[in-house]
Amino acid sequence: MESLLQYLVVSIALFAIGVYGIVSKRNALRILFSIEIIANSAVLNLVVFSKFLPMVNITGQTFALITIAVLAAEAAAGLALILVAYRIHKDIDVFEMKELQG
Amino acid sequence: MADISFLILTVMAVSSAILALESKEIVYGAISLMSMLMSMAGFFILLDAPFVAMFQIIVYVGAVAVLILFTVILVKREKWIKTEVSGLRAAGILSGLILAFSFGLLLLQSNLGLIYANEKDSSFVDIGIQLISEYWLVLEVLALLLSASLIGALTLAKLEKEN
Repeated sequence: MESLLQYLVVSIALFAIGVYGIVSKRNALRILFSIEIIANSAVLNLVVFSKFLPMVNITGQTFALITIAVLAAEAAAGLALILVAYRIHKDIDVFEMKELQG
Repeated sequence: MADISFLILTVMAVSSAILALESKEIVYGAISLMSMLMSMAGFFILLDAPFVAMFQIIVYVGAVAVLILFTVILVKREKWIKTEVSGLRAAGILSGLILAFSFGLLLLQSNLGLIYANEKDSSFVDIGIQLISEYWLVLEVLALLLSASLIGALTLAKLEKEN
């Protein structure tokens, strides 16, 4: 019998891995990877709570679809930004991008 | 049966998520990110949401992961592997562990472990009905957002040539 807790544990583990990546990585592509991992743990949470509600309720799955579409738009914009930064700096190290800090 | 596939999917998701961040070559990282997204689709099938799983495979593994792979190929190999700051790594591990432990304690103290799945199946036909009856405005805004982000990505990619 599957319980709600085991899926939430998986979601927490993925979230923690994503936070570790965002804090510790310097490569902009790796930071984008960790954002994708965190977002996927959120989508997993939506689908899990949609399944484990007492009544049959499909709103969580609808919201998961919407979230996946928004994430696709985010990935396209982020990758284009990384390409532009690479063209200007010849590097995607986020520690080197300091123009906006003044 | 469901427990065994849940275990396999968990091991696959967590290990490929770690590998996506820790592999030396970033191309292998992108490929293991793809495998992590595939195991997410497996979770959705286990959770009785086949439509979301198909959407995940088409949009993520089909479109986003290929986009990431192309960007990885266009960008030069990372050359600061040796100059990685070790203090950053310790801070990252510490923050991840703190988050995991605090949320884990919170979950263990709650009674969420007593909730079991309901047996009745939800039909994915209801997703379409709900999307066009209740959330039609969200659908329209989503289409606008997707086209705006694609046009923005194209404009950003063309930006350099004019200077």
